[in-house]
Amino acid sequence: MRSVVLAEGRKLRRPTLLLSTLATVTALTGLFTSLVFLRINSGQNTRRGASISALQLSQATGLTYGFKLVGVFLGLVALCIFASQTAQEYTYGTLRNLLVRQPSRMKILFGKFISMALFAALMVSFAGVVSIALSYLLSGKAKVNTTKWGSSQALHLLGQTTLNLFIATICYGLLGMILGLFFRSPISAISIGVLWSLILENILGAVISSTMKWLPAANFSNIGEGGSVAASYQHSLFVSALYIFVGGSIAAALFKRRDVAN
Amino acid sequence: MNKSAITVSGLSKVYGDRPAISDAHFDVPVGSICGFVGPNGSGKTTTIRMLLGLITPTQGSAMVLGESIKHPEKYLPKVGAMIEGPAFYPALSGAENLRVLADLGGFPISRVPQLLEKVGLAERGKSKYKTYSLGMKQRLGIAAALLPNPELLILDEPTNGLDPSGIQEIRELLRELSKLGTTVFVSSHLLSELEMICDHLVMLRLGKVIFTGLTHELLAAQSPLIVATPEYEVDLTKLVKIVEDSGHSVQVKEGSLHINSAPEWSATLNRLAFDSGITLKSISPIMPTLEETFFEMTEDQK
Repeated sequence: MRSVVLAEGRKLRRPTLLLSTLATVTALTGLFTSLVFLRINSGQNTRRGASISALQLSQATGLTYGFKLVGVFLGLVALCIFASQTAQEYTYGTLRNLLVRQPSRMKILFGKFISMALFAALMVSFAGVVSIALSYLLSGKAKVNTTKWGSSQALHLLGQTTLNLFIATICYGLLGMILGLFFRSPISAISIGVLWSLILENILGAVISSTMKWLPAANFSNIGEGGSVAASYQHSLFVSALYIFVGGSIAAALFKRRDVAN
Repeated sequence: MNKSAITVSGLSKVYGDRPAISDAHFDVPVGSICGFVGPNGSGKTTTIRMLLGLITPTQGSAMVLGESIKHPEKYLPKVGAMIEGPAFYPALSGAENLRVLADLGGFPISRVPQLLEKVGLAERGKSKYKTYSLGMKQRLGIAAALLPNPELLILDEPTNGLDPSGIQEIRELLRELSKLGTTVFVSSHLLSELEMICDHLVMLRLGKVIFTGLTHELLAAQSPLIVATPEYEVDLTKLVKIVEDSGHSVQVKEGSLHINSAPEWSATLNRLAFDSGITLKSISPIMPTLEETFFEMTEDQK
C-alpha cells in the first residue's frame, strides 16, 4: 500500500498540478473571504440574502466565516482532481503498467485514495491559512475587532471547521473517484460530477425542496458547514457515508473484476 | 526445476460471442527468445494480457515462472512487460515516469538512470514524456519493462516506431538479456526481425495456435527453392521441360525458374542444362524466410 501512496504522490506533486491547484484554492479563498469583509453591512454580502455585520465578524466564529464559504468550491476542486487522477489511468493506458507492477487492484485503489486524501488535506489547510491571513489583513479596514479570534473557542472552531471541510472535500473527491471509475474518462467524470453538484441538485432542490436533505452534494456541503437548520450534521454524515459506501462498493467491485483491455 | 517460463494450456478468451483466442496450447522454454507471431486481431495481445493478469481467461489455464496466472502477484515482481506500446503520463518526465513505476514495484530508484542510459535516453530523461518521439517512447517502455531486472520479459511490438539503428540496438539488447538468462517473449509484425533473434516461435492465426516450436524446425519443414536463370530467355521453355521431366514442380517468374527442390539438386540441374546446351547465368538455392513461411501457413489455414 505504501508503495502505491508514494507512486501516486509523485504524480500529484508535479508542479503543474500542485501549483495550479494551490493557485485556484488561493483565488477562490481570497475571493470569498474578501467579499465577506468588503461588503460588510451591504445587505447582500453573504449567500441567500443573509447579512453579516462587523460586530458578528468580531465574534469567535468570525475567524472561520470566509473559510467556511469556500467549502463547496474546495469540494469541487477535489472532485475534479480525484476524477481525473483516476480516469486518466484508463485514457493514458497507464492502468496496465500499474497493475503489472502492483497486481492487487484494491491496493491500487486504496493507495490512490490515501495519496489523494493527503493532497486534499494540504489543499484544505492551505485554504485555511489563506483565509485566516486575509481575514486579519482585511479586519482593520473593515473595523472588525479581532480580539476574540485568538480565543480558545475560536481556535476550537477553526479546528472543527478544518475537519468538517476536510471530510466534505474527501466526500466530493470520492464522488469524483467513483465517477472516474464508472466513466473511465476524466472529461465525462468531471463534467457529470460538476453538472450534478452545481446545477442539477439545485434544480431538483428548487422544484422539490425536500429532496435537498437526501441529495449527495447538498449533504457533503452541509458537512462542511457543520450542519444547518434544514439538515443536521449527523444526518448529512450518515447520508454521505451511505452514498459513498454504496457508490464506492459498486465502483470498487467493477474495478476489481473488469478486464483491462485498453 | 520447471523448464518452461510460460506454459499455456487450453487458454481461451471470448468477448460476447467472438473468440479472441481459442484453446491455445504452447510452451516458452526458460532462457529462450520466443517470437509470438500473428496478423492483427489474431489474439496476441489478448493472450499477453491474460498472462499478465489484466484479463481473466474464459477457459483454460497458464503458468508463468511456475505460478498460475490466477495469482499474478506471485510472479509479476519477476516479470517485465510492455503491452501494446508504451503508456506513460505525458506531464511527467521520462525519469519521473520510471520512478513512479519503481516506487510501485518497490524497485530501487537508483535503477532509473542506469536504465535510461541502457536504452539511450540518458540525455532526455528530464524531458517531459509528451515531448518524446515515438521511438523515444518505445525506448522508455522497454526501460520500464527492465525495471525489475526480469527473469521473463514480455514485449508487445517493441520495435514499433524505431529507426533501423534503434531496431538493431533492441535486437542486441534482447540477445544480451537472453545470454544473461532472461527469457524473452516478444510479439512483432516484423517477421524478419523475429527470424534473426528468435530461437522459438508461437504462431497464431484467427485466435488459434498454428505452430509452436523451434524456428529452424519450422523453416526446415518448408519446401526450399532453387532459382535458376538461363543466359538466354529463349531457353526458358526447354529448361522448364528438363526440370519437369526430372519430377520437380516449377514456376517461371521474371525470366527465372523457381523450382521446388532441395538445394543439393542445383548441381544436377546445372549438369542437365549444360548437357542440353543451355548456359545458366545464375543458380541459387533459396531457403524460405519466416515471412514467406508465415504467409504460406496462414494461407493454408484459410
